[in-house]
Amino acid sequence: MIQVHLKIQRYNPEKDSKPYFKDYAVECEPTDRVLDALLAVKGTLDGSLTLRKSCAHGVCGSDGMRINGRNMLACKVLIKNVSQPIVVEPLKGFKIVKDLVVDMKQFFEKYVAVKPYLINQETSPEKERLQSQKQQERFEDTTKCILCACCTTACPSFWSDPNYVGPASIVQAHRFIFDSRDQGGEERLNLLNQREGVWRCRTIFNCVEACPREINITRAIGEIKRDLLFKKI
Amino acid sequence: MFYKGKEGQWSWIFHRITGIGVLLFLAIHIIDTMLVGWGPEIYNKVIAIYRNPIFKIGEVGLFAAVLYHALNGIRIMIIDFVPEFTKYHRQIFYLEMLLFFLSMIPVSFLMLSH
Repeated sequence: MIQVHLKIQRYNPEKDSKPYFKDYAVECEPTDRVLDALLAVKGTLDGSLTLRKSCAHGVCGSDGMRINGRNMLACKVLIKNVSQPIVVEPLKGFKIVKDLVVDMKQFFEKYVAVKPYLINQETSPEKERLQSQKQQERFEDTTKCILCACCTTACPSFWSDPNYVGPASIVQAHRFIFDSRDQGGEERLNLLNQREGVWRCRTIFNCVEACPREINITRAIGEIKRDLLFKKI
Repeated sequence: MFYKGKEGQWSWIFHRITGIGVLLFLAIHIIDTMLVGWGPEIYNKVIAIYRNPIFKIGEVGLFAAVLYHALNGIRIMIIDFVPEFTKYHRQIFYLEMLLFFLSMIPVSFLMLSH
């Protein structure tokens, strides 16, 4: 067991005028995750610390936060792999609900706006809609998204313009635009072919660095930009 | 805390700074050229300020800003038109920086020695 020092951003809108940092020290194994340290703080030192977590295994994407200045999932980062004190902040660019919990309403509204579901007017076949391996590989990378918002809140274009649809929604749109079974590409492309659509991307690559699923987001955005430019879906 | 982005974020920050720098130079340049309209005396007087050694360093800075902005612009275009290259964006950035410094060494020497 080692002593782990954490510097956590705290903010309770009912009491505090602005966010502030508070230091904590807990005992943890070096192979524990940052999430374990945060739960140790909550369980043993300060029960008022508020954070989101669900599966705690990098699948649900609910514990996205800024750890030592970079967006990560607290459940995927080992304590031995980060320098101390571990600075923990909420995702940047969203309204803070309390401590590390942010309001993701707008984020999910943008997600819904890109119609993240299969659009196909043809009569459903008796069994599944078949697809070749090559056709599936075309969009496989973007199927991995878990909507943790690490990419969108790492994007300077999003910080400066909260109306920007954001990398996460573009990834979701890409997943269907390039799916051979889908017929809704045109409507999604129209939505993305706007000032606040894909053209807001400045190829900064913060989204790619932040993605816990290692999706090449800038490539996905680039492919949509290129298709909008040359109209070859 | 400042978001700790990597090469991509830094290349973007430098792109913005150099862009603003070049724009500022152009604004000053338009103003000093415009002074010709008020006669040669005032124009020569203002242009003489540029003989100050600080402006010599400033000129090297201006060249560096234009060069970086141009090279990084090419990098952005490559990535935008061939998204497959996003995989190598870091390597392209380092190549860009190598070209930048290789060009800046002789250029700085030539500009400052005159």
